[in-house]
Amino acid sequence: MNFLRQALAVAAKDLRSEIRSKESINASLAFALVILLLFSFAFDPTSDQVREIAGGLLWLVFAFAGTLILNRSFARELVNDCLDALLASPVSGAQLFLGKALANFLILLVVECLSIPVFTVFYNVHWKQSIGLFFVVMILGTWGLTVIGTLFSAMTVNLRLRELMLPMLVYPMMIPALMGAIQLSSLLVAGEPLGADNQIWFRLLIAFDVIFTALALALVETVLVG
Amino acid sequence: MTAVAIEGVWKYFGDYPALRDVSFTVDRGMCLALIGRNGAGKTTLLRILAGLSRSSKGRITILDQDARDQATRRQVGVLGHGIGIYEELSAEENLRLFARLYGVDNPGKIAMEWLERTGLERVRDGLVREFSRGMRQRLAVARAFLHNPTLLLLDEPFTALDDRAIKVLQDLMKKALADGRTIIMSTHQLREALELATDVALINRGRLAFRGERTQEMLEDPGWLYRHYGEA
Repeated sequence: MNFLRQALAVAAKDLRSEIRSKESINASLAFALVILLLFSFAFDPTSDQVREIAGGLLWLVFAFAGTLILNRSFARELVNDCLDALLASPVSGAQLFLGKALANFLILLVVECLSIPVFTVFYNVHWKQSIGLFFVVMILGTWGLTVIGTLFSAMTVNLRLRELMLPMLVYPMMIPALMGAIQLSSLLVAGEPLGADNQIWFRLLIAFDVIFTALALALVETVLVG
Repeated sequence: MTAVAIEGVWKYFGDYPALRDVSFTVDRGMCLALIGRNGAGKTTLLRILAGLSRSSKGRITILDQDARDQATRRQVGVLGHGIGIYEELSAEENLRLFARLYGVDNPGKIAMEWLERTGLERVRDGLVREFSRGMRQRLAVARAFLHNPTLLLLDEPFTALDDRAIKVLQDLMKKALADGRTIIMSTHQLREALELATDVALINRGRLAFRGERTQEMLEDPGWLYRHYGEA
């Protein structure tokens, strides 16, 4: 219980800082909306081909917009050496990681939720009853991106080129989660039912989330303190 | 009783040994001034003691436990080079946050108490980014002391402090010593440090050059130690 309480204290601190500064959410949301709009002008949104790639396009936008949030996650702790103050406190690396991952997850989820209406309008998507399932895919996929991204944000926090290094390191690791989320989202955007043969993608997403959450919780103390 | 035991500690940065076979103990209730020239290894040693870094070789026990144990860190207060305070949070929010992280009972009440003790109660809701340097430093002092630590690790605590912050810090350190707490502080400001210190450790190029009680001779002539044990 104490584990969760301290993780939530870290998450609340990050969310409060972000609500006041808006530095990650503004950049990330602006990026997501601009890319969605530009691609909608580049392709005919009513064509079948665009419907097929729309799910993939949406997740790439989420992944790119997400790294803007994740880059700031540990970097904001460098101001005034706040990371040292956190590490010197009785908060374990795992608690710190979980708090930061939760805050990143919520911020990215807000960006995604604000991007969906734009995507729906400009890509002529008719969700019908698939929106509920799409949100489940969105939550699973976003947690996967957030867990990997937060761990690598901790690893790259002291690098001078962290803005460049984080995407280079994190995108290859995200491939399994992105594959699952893209496959499922493409079907849902096209209005097709999810059959039994697509359950493998759900399982992949869930397994990715569970395995990488456990790995990150186990490794983050070594990443932060050495 | 021993508060801190350092046995054969080495720390390498690449091939460079920043600490070389450092061993000494600090008893409970002592105030140890850790002195040495720039780059001598004082901050490296304090970071290892604070659990912010691991030694390459050797063993450190703090209050009979490992430095990275959560139970140990609950009893240690750290004031480093950076103030460790969030710019986007208010003074009270910062102290509440750290009180929660240290598992202090009633974080709101403790935060208010420390705001009063450091003379910041009037700006409790002000965001730290709007604070003057002196106000930030006093808030940092409150953050380091608010959980009543048994051991205080202070890295250059008087550097860049204004007069009021120095007074606040000196009073808190005197009170902590009177309560039987242990203090280890690294410093270049020998006069202020030696007035409070009961013991002195001099580090020279990563090696322990001197460890002993603070004497009247050191107090009268703070450069004495450097001339006898350090580089000229």
